[in-house]
Amino acid sequence: MITLVLEPEQKAAMPQVAVPMNDDTKISVRDFDFFYGTAKVLHGISLDIPARKVTALIGPSGCGKSTFIRSINRMNDIITDARGKGTILIDGKNVYGGDTDVVELRRRVGMVFQKSNPFPKSIYDNVAYGLRIGGLRNKRQLDDIIERSLTRAALWHEVKDRLHASALALSGGQQQRLCIARALAVDPEILQMDEPASALDPIATSKIEELIYELKDNYTIVIVTHNMQQAARVSDRTAFFMLGRVVEYAETNAIFMNPREKMTEDYVTGRFG
Amino acid sequence: MTRSSDDRSFRIGTGAFAALVLLIVAGIAFELTRQSTLSITKFGLKFWTTKVWDPVSGDFGALPFIWGTLYSSILALLVATPIALGIAIFISELSPRMLRQPLAYLTELLAAIPSIVYGLWGIFVLVPIVRKVEIAMGAKPALGVGMLAAALILAVMVIPFTSSVAREILKNVPTTQREAAYALGATRWEAIKVAIGFGRTGIIGAVMLGFGRALGETMAVTMVIGNSPQISASLFKPQYTMAAVIANEFTEAADELYLHALIEIGLLLFIITVGVNLLSRLLIWSTKRRAVTTVIAPVVAEVAA
Amino acid sequence: MTANLRRRKIYSRIFETLCALAVIVALIPLAMILFYVIKEGFGALNLDFFTKMPKPVGESGGGMANAIAGTLILIGIAAAFAVPVGCLCGIHLSEYPGTKFSSVVRFAADVLNGVPSIVVGIFAYGILVLPVKRFSAIAGGVALGLLMIPIVVRTTEELLRLVPGGLREGALALGATRGRAVFSVIVPAALPGILTGILVALARVAGETAPLLFTAFNNRFWSTSLTQPIASLTVQVFTYAISPYDDWHRQAWAGAFLLVMMILTLSILARLAVRRLERMNRS
Repeated sequence: MITLVLEPEQKAAMPQVAVPMNDDTKISVRDFDFFYGTAKVLHGISLDIPARKVTALIGPSGCGKSTFIRSINRMNDIITDARGKGTILIDGKNVYGGDTDVVELRRRVGMVFQKSNPFPKSIYDNVAYGLRIGGLRNKRQLDDIIERSLTRAALWHEVKDRLHASALALSGGQQQRLCIARALAVDPEILQMDEPASALDPIATSKIEELIYELKDNYTIVIVTHNMQQAARVSDRTAFFMLGRVVEYAETNAIFMNPREKMTEDYVTGRFG
Repeated sequence: MTRSSDDRSFRIGTGAFAALVLLIVAGIAFELTRQSTLSITKFGLKFWTTKVWDPVSGDFGALPFIWGTLYSSILALLVATPIALGIAIFISELSPRMLRQPLAYLTELLAAIPSIVYGLWGIFVLVPIVRKVEIAMGAKPALGVGMLAAALILAVMVIPFTSSVAREILKNVPTTQREAAYALGATRWEAIKVAIGFGRTGIIGAVMLGFGRALGETMAVTMVIGNSPQISASLFKPQYTMAAVIANEFTEAADELYLHALIEIGLLLFIITVGVNLLSRLLIWSTKRRAVTTVIAPVVAEVAA
Repeated sequence: MTANLRRRKIYSRIFETLCALAVIVALIPLAMILFYVIKEGFGALNLDFFTKMPKPVGESGGGMANAIAGTLILIGIAAAFAVPVGCLCGIHLSEYPGTKFSSVVRFAADVLNGVPSIVVGIFAYGILVLPVKRFSAIAGGVALGLLMIPIVVRTTEELLRLVPGGLREGALALGATRGRAVFSVIVPAALPGILTGILVALARVAGETAPLLFTAFNNRFWSTSLTQPIASLTVQVFTYAISPYDDWHRQAWAGAFLLVMMILTLSILARLAVRRLERMNRS
């Protein structure tokens, strides 16, 4: 992890950029701060995430990317002493609004974690989990949705004959795809992935990347990655985070070929990070 | 002395004391068997199926005590387990951080109270209350002493053991499991259920630990159970347990056969409790990497912290 | 919010409340016991209690001086037996952790920990009372010591393992033999923790009654002899509690109060030892 120590003038000179997009904005963030206790970890984040595209968040470790996406589905609510300030709108509705139901929100915004975390149950029961707690008991409907989710996660053919085997018997890459299938089963609109391939070998990684490419037709995808090549391959828009701020946010090509900020250029050319 | 012979005598010296511990355990098993041969040879397997316990005529059967021990322990488990699990869940998942230590400490305090003090409280406080309840329920012998009082007091004594092990188990469930549940839209209780599911083997082990504790409890039980060797499903009748009959009649045993019969009961108690404890240890260990006794865990955890 | 969601949230609330209730339910008997012990016990304490012997059956008055002394003697014997055995065993287990022998010993200590105290009493009876046909303080003390051993073994082993390996290497590199290194460097480093384990074990056995019933038995008179039966707080409380005399009941509560105080003191001392260890580690 690179720890960046900036002089105060440099910090002040860091740009606060929001790129106003108007076509089909799914998630709209304005002036969002986040605090762990008294420590401020996100500073005035403002950006619009477009629907049915892949948006990548890149930047050195520990600069708030994970915190940011966890704020969108309010996973940070679980952590004591953590709070956010500002606006996050999904389809125009405030995520932190008084009438937002957190449980429902988390169904709509699916999440896949860095290290796959399947339940110690069968493959079938893992994918069925979200459906069952939602009240779905009909076996045929469950079978259908599970097959569809596993297919969308490009895992169906590998497991269709052993749906009742333990999920823990799968390889790392398969487990991660299972977690994706599990998240897809509850029919989210947005899928957030926190470094989904960082614990996987290159072949499994490329499978996940292909999967992301296919999924974006139906889902809005936000992916956190410290692998720049991955971001360049997979995403339509990229936001460069640094020290809890968005330094630059633009079309992926622009970020990598023609970045506007020097800091962005330094990062993507590997001068640090 | 050379370095290596010094080391060798160190190894042998400490090893001798380690061997002593081994000898003690073997010795217990051996001595219990040796001191019950008269009874074993005279009654054989019938000992475990006979209801009669008559010291005067020399006719001994352990069935009432086996019944009493199992019945009281199982009843105690039924009461204690949900409470102990509820406490474990509350402390590890629900309570505000500030309350965790004090609540944990208070629960441990329940385990620190000696059995005799529980018994004293049982005789003078619990039994009168139970008697009032029995009268209100129209129970036939409304004595207060009996299976109900024994089961209740055992339940209280068992709670801290099951609870603190269950708490350890829950602490060791990775947070990512709960996060996965929350991310799928689970409510708090649903996420807790996922954690319990992950640690279910260990939690069963925790319950068994409580069971083992209840089986061997002597003083508190003998002071409130009525000490009457009858087999009955009634909660209100006085009954008898293996540990209680040994405690009460050991020094009264006038002849050797009587003594041997009592010790044979002790042998069975030994086998059952050791078996249950080992099983529970196995279950707990398979969830956690180390087997830790509930008495030691707080010490080591604090010291190691 | 859908009906299903509303129902799930209500369920969640209900179960969370039940868990909180469980805590309260468990604390009720704790509060009651402490309340009664303090109310009845403290009130019955007087100077006589600490200085006089028990009166003959039926007469009121008297005290538990012999029982108090007896308990102290018994746990002294227990410690004298269990501390060397338990510590040396624990040292062996921590120095040679991987051997088959150590695994078996560890297993045996686990088994011993689960043996009901009355069964341990029977064992002590068989080896120490029966051969000499006499109850004795030694038999009682050894029975208690046997109960202490697994706790001392476990805590000693765990704590010695926590001592950083660098310490042992340093001592050995300076030419110390294994034994020297262990006793002069490693054990002292873990000493507060080991002491804590001993105190915890003492707290546990100080309250034991069952194994004493037929080893140390009881003694109406003052006796500090190791080869005679000896009174103890726990057995005395038991005897008085099941008797029909009110005065004896009062004294039983007083004895219980003293017992609880003693155990609490030992626990607090144990915690202080932990605190001291933490401070030492930090400096």
